[in-house]
Amino acid sequence: MSAGEWPLYEVFVRGKRGLNHVHVGSLHAADDEMAVHHARDVYTRRNEGVSIWVVRADAITASSPDEKDPLFAPAGDKVYRHPTFYSVPDDVPHL
Amino acid sequence: MTAVDTDAGPDTGPDPALLAQFERVLARSDRIEPRDWMPERYRATLVRQVAQHAHSEIIGMQPEGSWLTRAPSLRRKAILLAKVQDEAGHGLYLYSACETLGVSREELTLRLLEGRQKYSSIFNYPTLSYADVGTIGWLVDGAAICNQVPLCRTSYGPYGRAMVRICKEESFHQRQGFELLMTMRSGTEAQRAMVQESVDRFWWPSLMMFGPPDAESPNTAQSMAWGIKRNTNDELRQRFVDMTVPQAQALGVTLPDPDLRWNEERGHHDFGQPDWEELAQVVRGNGPCNAQRLAHRQRAHDDGAWVREAATAFAARRSGEPSLSVEPVETPGADR
Amino acid sequence: MSTPPDSSPPPLRSSDEQSVGDPVPDGLMSHSAPDPSRVEGSVYDGLLEHHDVVGDDARWAFGTAFEDPLAGVDTTVPDDVDASALAAYCLMLGDDALVLSHRLSEWCSRAPDLEDDIALANIALDLLGQARLLLARAAAADPSVVPPLPEGSPVPAEDALAFFRDAGELRNVRLAEVANGDFAHTVVRLLVLATVRLAVLGRLVGSRDPVLAAIAAKGVKEVTYHRDYAGRWFVTLAQGTEESRRRLLAAVAELWPLCEEPLQVHETERAMARAGVGVDPGEVRDEVDAVLGQVLAAGGVDRPDVAALAGVGGRTGRHGLHTEALSRMLAEMQVVARAHPTGRW
Repeated sequence: MSAGEWPLYEVFVRGKRGLNHVHVGSLHAADDEMAVHHARDVYTRRNEGVSIWVVRADAITASSPDEKDPLFAPAGDKVYRHPTFYSVPDDVPHL
Repeated sequence: MTAVDTDAGPDTGPDPALLAQFERVLARSDRIEPRDWMPERYRATLVRQVAQHAHSEIIGMQPEGSWLTRAPSLRRKAILLAKVQDEAGHGLYLYSACETLGVSREELTLRLLEGRQKYSSIFNYPTLSYADVGTIGWLVDGAAICNQVPLCRTSYGPYGRAMVRICKEESFHQRQGFELLMTMRSGTEAQRAMVQESVDRFWWPSLMMFGPPDAESPNTAQSMAWGIKRNTNDELRQRFVDMTVPQAQALGVTLPDPDLRWNEERGHHDFGQPDWEELAQVVRGNGPCNAQRLAHRQRAHDDGAWVREAATAFAARRSGEPSLSVEPVETPGADR
Repeated sequence: MSTPPDSSPPPLRSSDEQSVGDPVPDGLMSHSAPDPSRVEGSVYDGLLEHHDVVGDDARWAFGTAFEDPLAGVDTTVPDDVDASALAAYCLMLGDDALVLSHRLSEWCSRAPDLEDDIALANIALDLLGQARLLLARAAAADPSVVPPLPEGSPVPAEDALAFFRDAGELRNVRLAEVANGDFAHTVVRLLVLATVRLAVLGRLVGSRDPVLAAIAAKGVKEVTYHRDYAGRWFVTLAQGTEESRRRLLAAVAELWPLCEEPLQVHETERAMARAGVGVDPGEVRDEVDAVLGQVLAAGGVDRPDVAALAGVGGRTGRHGLHTEALSRMLAEMQVVARAHPTGRW
């Protein structure tokens, strides 16, 4: 993360009572409070009835052996801990 | 599998077991998820493609956004504002998908601004009348849907999930665009002429949105093998033409291609070739609006820097003060 | 903070903005001409079903169904209410929303970050929705306020009011119309206007005009969020960096002379307040002062001691006397509509 970039948050929303919160996406915010407000704007269009959880992405501890998780294959995961690890081939204007 | 024997990195070449696992997942049309091992080229190709999508959404806010302040009715203004807002949301979802591949939004934005990553060439064309808002919805979003719907089944999980949501909204936008043109066609003579002029101007650039002909698209084969891409450029272009011709008839506009006709034998429409040299010019940066679009984005990024820094500083200060520490995160509107 | 009661209706964009699919002929997606994509599986497979439902809330996340704020509301003007004064009053509230919404929409694609681009668009959409309801109410109460258009023009009344009045006929306060500055400028303007508007709408919920009451009930939830948004950014900028504080203080200094006008009472507002239909903005001064005082204190910002911007011959925005910025804004906003006075959009 470069200086000044807000941290990444993961957003979980419960669409209505009786349901679990589900992961709906991510966003950037300077702090937890801003993340909640942004989440409401971005992912719920500010529908009051829904419950929102936000959590900083770097606070999540994960284990997912079904995926080739770093817990089980740390070297395979290493690469994506370095955000600027490669240069992008810009050769083809696909779109 | 144990951790010790997985010393695979970009320099040493992929571990055969990891590669086999990766290919098994693809072979059964399952999804690759962020924490999976993946070949470096797969990751790089994905980043390039997803970033280009994201940039296209963000730059794509501008051509239509420039009519926000001139929308001719309050209903149209609301529709347009909601649509351009959707595009910001799409860009955000796609940047998020890209971040799961280890590249931050800030980094991607810099690559865009430095010209190291592209966006769809269509947005380097100017919008010259309000009919263009409708035409972009109908043709440009229509072409985007052709490109994007297959991507809902793309092999990379976060990208596919973002695309599902995006495609739903895009198809809605396409209907809105068509409906605007339809309504204008039912208006005055001047409005009908405006619609036709706009369609004439956007038809060929829309066909270019699918990229160069397959013969000149070197990355397509690999992208298809990896399940990142699901159809070739020419397949999608044909599908778009076949889909659009009857819609143009329903709208009562002509498409500016003398070679366009139904081919019974092929079961498809034949059509002329866009001016590929013009596309090459636009891609090289000589399009009518390339400089303008990037300058606009650069200005917004620069003008916003002090705001983003202020929020970061404020958050840091507040986290140092226990009395003002973080509130519970489950705050669905209690303060509203 | 806790989960709100389920009974509270969601404050949403007005329904018709997102349900414009109806006029599209059925042929669009199921044309009878040769369509090989059908055979191969259309790219729309899996998407079409979402269009079978008018309103299509499937495209929106998590239950954002739409509601008509005037559903079931009796729209006849109460007998003893002066219809032309009611119309003028609706124009005041409606023009504030219309003009501020326009200024906020100018941020689109220019905001400091994507999340705030979306937030500002949400606020602009809320205000645009309020403006449409209020302009339509003005036209229904007193059709003579609607500018005349050529015979047979299909332009609806809300659009005739928005796009075919000159600056001198708009009744918004001048604070709403001055040209955008930096983000701090927008935050300060929004904070003050949302604070006043929320206080007014909060009282208008009890209006004897059932339409105004319904519009206010919807607006209260929206503007509460606008005020909250602006208040949080005000404090953040005031307490962020040296640069952000400098910019915030400059915006406060620039705009404060315009901040008195929304609290000054116009004779129409007074008359409507007496009739139990409107709100005298003088009544909300204490509440507005208290809220702004709280935000200023949280930001460590002194309330400027400046005189209110003078009018001309005692006339200000509510009388149709504006800054130079408004006619420029309208020139842009109205250019397409005025070029096609009999156009259909």
